[in-house]
Amino acid sequence: MSMLRIKGHGTHLMLPLSVLMILIVINLMKGADYFSITVINGALYGNIPNILFGAAELVIISIGMTLVTAASRGQDISVGVSGAITSAVFVQVVLNAGNSGPITWFTILTGFLASCLVGILIGAFNGSLVAIFKVQPMVATLILFTAGRSIAFLIDGKLSPVLANELISRIGGVIPGIPIQTPILLTGMFIIIMALVMKITNLKLYTEAVGINEGVARLNGINPILIKFTNYIILGVCTAVAGFIAVSKAGRHDSVNLLKFIEMDAILAVAIGGNALSGGTFSIAGSIIGAYTIEVLNRTLLRLEIGTETIKAFKAVFIIILMIIASPVIRTYTRKLVRRTRISPERTKEVSDAITK
Amino acid sequence: MQLQNKKKAKEAISNSNLLFLISMIIFIVMYVFAILRFPSSFLQFQTFFDLFSLNAPLIILTLGMSIVMIGGGIDISVGAVTGLVTMGCAVLLESKTGTVGSTMLLAVAIGLGFGLLQGFMIAYLEIQPFIITLAGMFLANGLLTTIHKDPINVTYEPFVALRDYNIIIPFLGNHNRLGNFIPLQIKIGAVVVFVLIVILVMMMNWSRLGRNLYAIGGNSQSALMLGINVKKTKFISYLISGLLSGIAGLVYLMNTGAGNVGNAAGFEMKAIAASIIGGTMLTGGVGNLLGSPVGALTLLTINELIRAAGVNSNYQAILSGFLLYIFIVMQSAVVWLRSRGTFKLAILRR
Repeated sequence: MSMLRIKGHGTHLMLPLSVLMILIVINLMKGADYFSITVINGALYGNIPNILFGAAELVIISIGMTLVTAASRGQDISVGVSGAITSAVFVQVVLNAGNSGPITWFTILTGFLASCLVGILIGAFNGSLVAIFKVQPMVATLILFTAGRSIAFLIDGKLSPVLANELISRIGGVIPGIPIQTPILLTGMFIIIMALVMKITNLKLYTEAVGINEGVARLNGINPILIKFTNYIILGVCTAVAGFIAVSKAGRHDSVNLLKFIEMDAILAVAIGGNALSGGTFSIAGSIIGAYTIEVLNRTLLRLEIGTETIKAFKAVFIIILMIIASPVIRTYTRKLVRRTRISPERTKEVSDAITK
Repeated sequence: MQLQNKKKAKEAISNSNLLFLISMIIFIVMYVFAILRFPSSFLQFQTFFDLFSLNAPLIILTLGMSIVMIGGGIDISVGAVTGLVTMGCAVLLESKTGTVGSTMLLAVAIGLGFGLLQGFMIAYLEIQPFIITLAGMFLANGLLTTIHKDPINVTYEPFVALRDYNIIIPFLGNHNRLGNFIPLQIKIGAVVVFVLIVILVMMMNWSRLGRNLYAIGGNSQSALMLGINVKKTKFISYLISGLLSGIAGLVYLMNTGAGNVGNAAGFEMKAIAASIIGGTMLTGGVGNLLGSPVGALTLLTINELIRAAGVNSNYQAILSGFLLYIFIVMQSAVVWLRSRGTFKLAILRR
């Protein structure tokens, strides 16, 4: 019933891109120095780098969310919790290594791989429920959503362990000699890897096939269970990467507030990107732009000096207006309107021809 | 031949009722376990009715959530709207201009307003319900913090009297430790819950609107072809959900007596969980509304049990998650086995 129709190539990017443009224009009206970039300690700072820096986790999670949405016709609401658990494991590995010796890049890599493993396990848990037991995704992930923060707290063992370390702060901030903040680089690397996976493998095609019609996909020799499962595991890895970045940025692991409400923002990013939340064809580029749009929106509202207590209401109004513009009913109406105005000169010519004949 | 057909009809039990039966059995097993483990507290009528009195808002929200879910949608704004209503009513009562009557009006108006807005956009503009109700959640949250940020205590006397009012049922009750007989006391919220359960269950089972909702949730396309006004029915389901969150907000204020930013936070997920445990399916068209209070009570009994056992509160969340897991897997297994036709309930066979 209610789905955004994706038609043609690239047209689905119109909405998020135009929204982004409007927001940037608003920002420029507020102050012309919006694009200005300053160099502090050999790294670039300014509005644009800040947006790229702030949206890092959201972008990574919304990539995974797009895949899961497309394949299983539902959303994973446990991503924030999953990020909290994986980063708790990462923090524990690094802190334990720190007790016995100095922390090197190797220990961080080990911790990261361990957190990825946990992410894969979480993805497998959710994926098995969705793919094998045929539970609706939101219901299946509600389990971890309920229990997850407590699990993260139990892994921590105490309230918010601190990661005071030179290397971690470099990952969360700047590596000397490289002018761009590390989270931005990591996000870029992740996007490139995902783009390569989509280009090289047939995952995109199979995922879309399963999302559009599972039965038909199965009759064509695609294993829907495997495809859904794979996508959930990819989302698990995404949450591990996002948790890793978030915990490096913060420098401490707060199991209650880390990546809080990111699941809502990620689903929103998927929807703003022009993807149907009921599965099927998808565009990862749209979701990425959607995620950046949300970050720009948040920062624009802050920049317009709207009180922190009212920000959420403004955000809601913005989303509602956006979704009304993008709604199928309004779209068909405007298309009709456009067609009518476009056809009318020909019509008049036809009519006049008929009269002269 | 006809006899055989009749027999078959007797045998068949709809998915809704089967899931309701399962949730009922689980609740009874859970409660019997609670009684065996803590006989002194759970055997009292007061404990059972306190579950209703103290958690009336959650049960009301679960009813609304189930109705929307049966219609094939979802409403995640309910918790935030409930919070907004509590704060709005508290501010109104403290402004020296409000009366109990006007507060009730305000609560219903806020709830209906949100239901109207969201229902219109979901039903008539065909926008995805998740996104719109998410925006509704943000909106309610934003308005809540805009109205008032600090906790506000209601001191308006008629309302305090209403808050502290207990309905006493003398023939049900228990002897306390000293041997004195204490009659059963019920809060007004519990009465509201009972009335709403009766009205809504009757509506879902016997009214045209209720049956239409099941039809739409099952398959909106065929419902449309049957001549059901799909858009209007969907719209009304969100309106009911909004109205119920307004009522829940009022009941919440009657329970706590204070408006607070954190009021009813996270209730939407609790309501969804309770609905699912109560046997409502998120895909729509399946669910017995009587199951939703049962689901909510199951969840609450678990929490009470863990609190009574005195375990770390972190295990409370983990255990509720684990029980949710067991229940979800069992639900899906039963539905799957039924669809294969190898599973039949022996007790229901004639």
